[in-house]
Amino acid sequence: MTWHTFFAMGGYAFYVWGAYGFATVVVIWNVVSAIRKRRTVLKMLREFALAEQAPKEGTGQHYASE
Amino acid sequence: MYKYASPKNFYVLAGQLIPWLGIITLVLFATGLYLGLYVAPPDYQQGDSYRIMFIHVPAAWMSMYVYVMMAGAGLVGLVWNIKLADMLATASAPIGASLTLMALVTGSLWGKPTWGTYWVWDARLTSELLLFFLYLGFIALQAAIDEPRRSARAGAVLALVGVVDIPIIHFSVIWWNTLHQPASIGALNRIISPTIYPTMLHPLLINSLAFFLFYYMVVLMRMRGEILARERHTGWVMQIVRASAEAAR
Repeated sequence: MTWHTFFAMGGYAFYVWGAYGFATVVVIWNVVSAIRKRRTVLKMLREFALAEQAPKEGTGQHYASE
Repeated sequence: MYKYASPKNFYVLAGQLIPWLGIITLVLFATGLYLGLYVAPPDYQQGDSYRIMFIHVPAAWMSMYVYVMMAGAGLVGLVWNIKLADMLATASAPIGASLTLMALVTGSLWGKPTWGTYWVWDARLTSELLLFFLYLGFIALQAAIDEPRRSARAGAVLALVGVVDIPIIHFSVIWWNTLHQPASIGALNRIISPTIYPTMLHPLLINSLAFFLFYYMVVLMRMRGEILARERHTGWVMQIVRASAEAAR
């Protein structure tokens, strides 16, 4: 079998590769969005933690120096 | 076994399992794709278009399996008030929705060359489309309620009502005279003496196992995010947050 006949899929290239292409997109979306989900939560919690610390440490100079 | 029911232990155990699930899933997908797209011969009636089956059938199976998991977890959360069960239900919804969409789109792309149409309002296709909307309804409902307990309960009730769609999808090809073909492999005896050739059966089974493990991988990943969010006031989560703040600095 040559690469050409492989990609041609007996004339059904659009349907076969369309289906496999869409499936690939769904699989990748699932992994990326699952990673993002946890990272977003962590980022939010980090910001909460910083916001809670800030007033205790805050002297005014802290902000001026930034 | 019970000690894994604590969110902390579950978080750690899931973190250890995820890479292994990922590696096994990857190997299975690679094998399934090779066997399905390259090794398996063209079908004598459908030519090469039938190769869509190798992803369409597993996606359709998983669309129903994930829904049953979601509704089952919802029920456990509802009755026994177990947080991890609520999180499993919530984490399953977007995965299930995406796999349902995959089943619909790949089915549509298979339908055009075999039936001559991308879509027909027959019982199988319509009930599968309804499943997609049930997932979306669950996600929208949970997103609309801020309080976690109430959000989980409302979602569980919706998921449990929607469970009637699962037997309808499954039996639709038997109950109604539809365009969609009946199952080629169903009961165990069909796997032992199947109605399709082994070269065609193997990639189907391998891909099915790959999708099955893939679901568990991504659902565990999502649950880890849910756990951090809902356990944010506990000491161990604060420790993780501090450590990640150190790493980000």
